[in-house]
Amino acid sequence: MREIHIDQVIACVEKLCMDANYYLNEDIYRAIEEAGNREKSEIGKMVLANLRENADIAKNEKMAICQDTGMTVVFLEVGQDVHVTGGSLNDAVNEGVRRGYKKGNLRCAVVKHPITRQNTQDNTPAVIHTQIVPGDRILIQLAPKGFGSENMSALAMLKPSDGSEGVMDFIVKTVSEAGPNPCPPVIVGVGIGGTMEKAALLSKKALLRPIGSCSDDPLAANMEKELVERINTLGIGPAGIGGSITTLAVHIDIFPTHIAGLPVAVNIGCHATRHASAILP
Amino acid sequence: MIKQITAPLTHETIAGLKAGDMVEISGVIYTARDAAHKRMMDLVISNQPLPFNIREQIIYYVGPCPAPEGKVIGSAGPTTSGRMDKYTPKLIEMGLTGMIGKGQRSDEVISAMKQYGAVYFGAVGGAAALISKCIISQEVIAFADLGTEAVRKMVVNRFPVIVVIDQYGNNLYDSGRKKYRVKELNHD
Repeated sequence: MREIHIDQVIACVEKLCMDANYYLNEDIYRAIEEAGNREKSEIGKMVLANLRENADIAKNEKMAICQDTGMTVVFLEVGQDVHVTGGSLNDAVNEGVRRGYKKGNLRCAVVKHPITRQNTQDNTPAVIHTQIVPGDRILIQLAPKGFGSENMSALAMLKPSDGSEGVMDFIVKTVSEAGPNPCPPVIVGVGIGGTMEKAALLSKKALLRPIGSCSDDPLAANMEKELVERINTLGIGPAGIGGSITTLAVHIDIFPTHIAGLPVAVNIGCHATRHASAILP
Repeated sequence: MIKQITAPLTHETIAGLKAGDMVEISGVIYTARDAAHKRMMDLVISNQPLPFNIREQIIYYVGPCPAPEGKVIGSAGPTTSGRMDKYTPKLIEMGLTGMIGKGQRSDEVISAMKQYGAVYFGAVGGAAALISKCIISQEVIAFADLGTEAVRKMVVNRFPVIVVIDQYGNNLYDSGRKKYRVKELNHD
């Protein structure tokens, strides 16, 4: 049994909030650079160059890559041999978010009630997903999610007979209808299977996978390749003003499901799809 | 070629702007997004004046990050404009001539733009740190309690945007997409 004090969690989350918002992940930076070589539209190329310049400024001046610093999604993998001391783990995560957003000059965008909509002024609560895993460490993955892209996400409970074609049609349709809104070129997270909420969770987590990785499942890996090609025929392009690069990557995660169902969730990530992670202790 | 224009934005200026034009805006603009639009519409409904004279003005749909020490403002890129569509036709009717944001607009907004004369500029979504460099000064002029959603008066210098929808109804999102679409297989 290893003891981890909540102060460690707070400090870690505080830092991850700033890191995720300031530093565009290397794999994504490279993907944007590489997309610039393939983009056919001249204005599209310029937009992609702007995005890299923006990432450079954000990194060098410790500013947010995007003013929509998101609702903070936190995935915790807690080793079953860890004993958290000093208080509640969830409270610690929220305290870390509170401190990180304040110290980091990050925008507070969370409202307390979805109907009455009063800003909580500290970007809490975070959306926390906790999983108990073997071991004696805590993995924290933090993903600030902007709502330009979140609002364009969708879920469908398809029929088993719809098969892979039906699934791919739904994914392409979702990206097509999103058009310029989610800040393309997008990263598409897809969850197939499980139950309704399981599919949604898989799709969110799929966004955290490194660009260039492919699904462990051979069928899903093939679908990923085909979907990138199909989505890039849509013509939406960088910033949605027309171009040949609409997506940087499609990541599919799958899970067993019920004999009667084929749930599909599509979580669209913007061209920055920010995330940062750390392991405690 | 990049066109230089100044704000406030006259009808004479917007008459010469076409969808696809690359433009840099200098001068005074105002910020408002979801909550500020709702409040402005409440003012209009109760016959009270808006926080600024909207005639020939540009509204930038943005909720900026707080200013780090020594900076005018934090990151400040465009938000999705479509959420303001419900309120926009009335503001255009009242004299609004320019909007800066990202994403599609409704048919109602586009027809008001054509009827009264207004142009919709797209800024690059997610280029928020870069855009912040064009903002020379800013002050909150209304609804301070809304925090990031307050109405701000901003002075900008060479703010880079693209004309997405002009006052003739031409739409770069539609035409650009058509131009680069490879085949008709994807539900388009």
